[in-house]
Amino acid sequence: MFSRRFILGAISALAMTVPSTATFADEMYIPLVSKGFQHQFWQAVKLGAEKAADEEGVRITFEGPDNETMVDRQIDMLAAALANKPAALGFAALDSQAAIPLLRQAQEAGIPVVAFDSGVDSDIPIATATTDNVAAAGLAADKMAEKIGGKGQVAVVAHDQTSRTGIDRRDGFVNRIAEKYPGIEIVTVQYGQGDHLKSTEVTKAILTANPDLKGIFGTNEGSAIGVVNGVQELGKKDLVIIGYDSGKAQKEAIKSGLMAGAITQNPVGIGYETVKAAVAATKGQEVPTLIDTGFFYYDASNIDDPEIAAVLYD
Amino acid sequence: MSTAQETKPVNLLSRLIDTGAHQKLLAFASLVALLIGFSIASPNFMQTSNMIAILQATSVNGVLAVAVTLVIITGGIDLSVGTLMTFCAVIAGVVLTYAGLPLLLGVVAAIAAGAFCGLCSGTFVAKMKIPPFIATLGMMLILKGLSLVISGTRPIYFNDTPGFDQISRGSLIGEIFPALPIPNGVLILFVVALSVAYILGRTVLGRYTFALGSNEEAVRLSGVNTDAWKMAIYALAGGICGIAGILIASRLNSAQPALGLGYELEAIAAVVIGGTSLSGGRGTILGTLIGALIMAVLTNGLRVLSVAQEWQTVVTGAIIILAVYADMVRRKQAK
Repeated sequence: MFSRRFILGAISALAMTVPSTATFADEMYIPLVSKGFQHQFWQAVKLGAEKAADEEGVRITFEGPDNETMVDRQIDMLAAALANKPAALGFAALDSQAAIPLLRQAQEAGIPVVAFDSGVDSDIPIATATTDNVAAAGLAADKMAEKIGGKGQVAVVAHDQTSRTGIDRRDGFVNRIAEKYPGIEIVTVQYGQGDHLKSTEVTKAILTANPDLKGIFGTNEGSAIGVVNGVQELGKKDLVIIGYDSGKAQKEAIKSGLMAGAITQNPVGIGYETVKAAVAATKGQEVPTLIDTGFFYYDASNIDDPEIAAVLYD
Repeated sequence: MSTAQETKPVNLLSRLIDTGAHQKLLAFASLVALLIGFSIASPNFMQTSNMIAILQATSVNGVLAVAVTLVIITGGIDLSVGTLMTFCAVIAGVVLTYAGLPLLLGVVAAIAAGAFCGLCSGTFVAKMKIPPFIATLGMMLILKGLSLVISGTRPIYFNDTPGFDQISRGSLIGEIFPALPIPNGVLILFVVALSVAYILGRTVLGRYTFALGSNEEAVRLSGVNTDAWKMAIYALAGGICGIAGILIASRLNSAQPALGLGYELEAIAAVVIGGTSLSGGRGTILGTLIGALIMAVLTNGLRVLSVAQEWQTVVTGAIIILAVYADMVRRKQAK
């Protein structure tokens, strides 16, 4: 008979057979709880983590909530990860404060925590694998100066004025210009929440107000695409656009010459270094507290280089 | 089991245990089967700390599901519960952190804000005759926007309100039985569930809740002010969302203004798995509680088994469909 018990029983029996790897008790287990899961950036982080796991012979899982607002879901994921008695833990906090009780629990159980991406605002993690966003945005400033010939007006379309990455990228760019390029004036910094459409509107407003603008820096994928859209809609030519991260649209804009180039983080490296550091920590080895996973500048000339192509995503 | 006869007032105990006992048994058996299945599959599943993690994961969704059960029994739907929860959390943040008022006032303000918003939804539905789906969809968006506006799009932290995080994270039970540190959030879920079960089973409001869902026209023709009762039910559901807002804010020690979208669907899923009919007139709080627990056990169990995340979602969706299908097959047989 079709009782619900029967059906659910069958399903859970099925579920048992799926993760046969779960029974390898002697294998070292390292769960990574991320800020996201389905975005290409996070899939690239996962790829790097899996690569390191293969090399080290450890088992990892990679999980993150559907979107970056679901703080409580991330906490539930962390709790389930800890229930599995992991050897170490990788964690990219959506909200550090909310996770502190569980991180303490991990610390008390002697489970080393490695923070990745934006890190965890606490002294519990033994290491943080992340991009040096200030330096990366500084490189964007250098490239901008080079392209516009060291003088003129530029603007910044940033994605956020409160998050760590938003602040670091903005300041990294603005400060580098102020320090090294006295001929360049930053006329405005505007925020588009990383939303394509909002960033487009912001860009059009900036261009309308500053007809002599030479270049714009978009601080993340959404911002950069928005800048490209805005420039296209207004039919502006000869404007230097420098973006951040990758994604299909941004890569195409670079290939077609609409965008001069972009900074890419190394998401694969973030995942890779996180697992490497976690394994080292379980063996009692020294781990640097800050692991710079690196960044690159790419443009039409090197976008297909194997080294660059490996860290770009669609 | 239960049909429209449930409109008769029944005492609390029978509402909880006897009414539709057969079906509750089925849902409960599914829950037990899941627990046993996961325990066999992973030695790490059945631990006190993991069971507590499951209960804690249930607490917010459970309270929201209880709220939405009320509305669904009247034949309506409430899509605003998730963002209303967030809105109430933000209100608590404003009262406690920005205004620095005492803890109790923050809690009262959150619940009052929830009840008021529920009353607004109820007015749209009952007085302005806007279909519940649309009215609460509008409320969902309004509240999501207002949460961002009021908070200035930043999380509001409760560090200046000592004891606030203990509402959900603390454990009164753990102080008495140190081996069983069940968080207060879970306790609050059960208190809310018991109270609503009492209201549904023992009070006039409960009787009209079922009656509205079974045959609103008949109730209206018999001289009952159906509009007023409907508004009262939406307001009650809103107040319960306020409690959920306090729970989640306390658990995160912060009001996260962008959170909440999507939570209404999980609450509705729990209600439906628990055997409440989306066409109204039928449903129990115990069923909803079990439904919420099934969802949480499933999510946690699949995680502990390290099932890939994309498959977790597939399995959860399949379970919802199977649970409702099994319920319908069984009910057809019962006829």
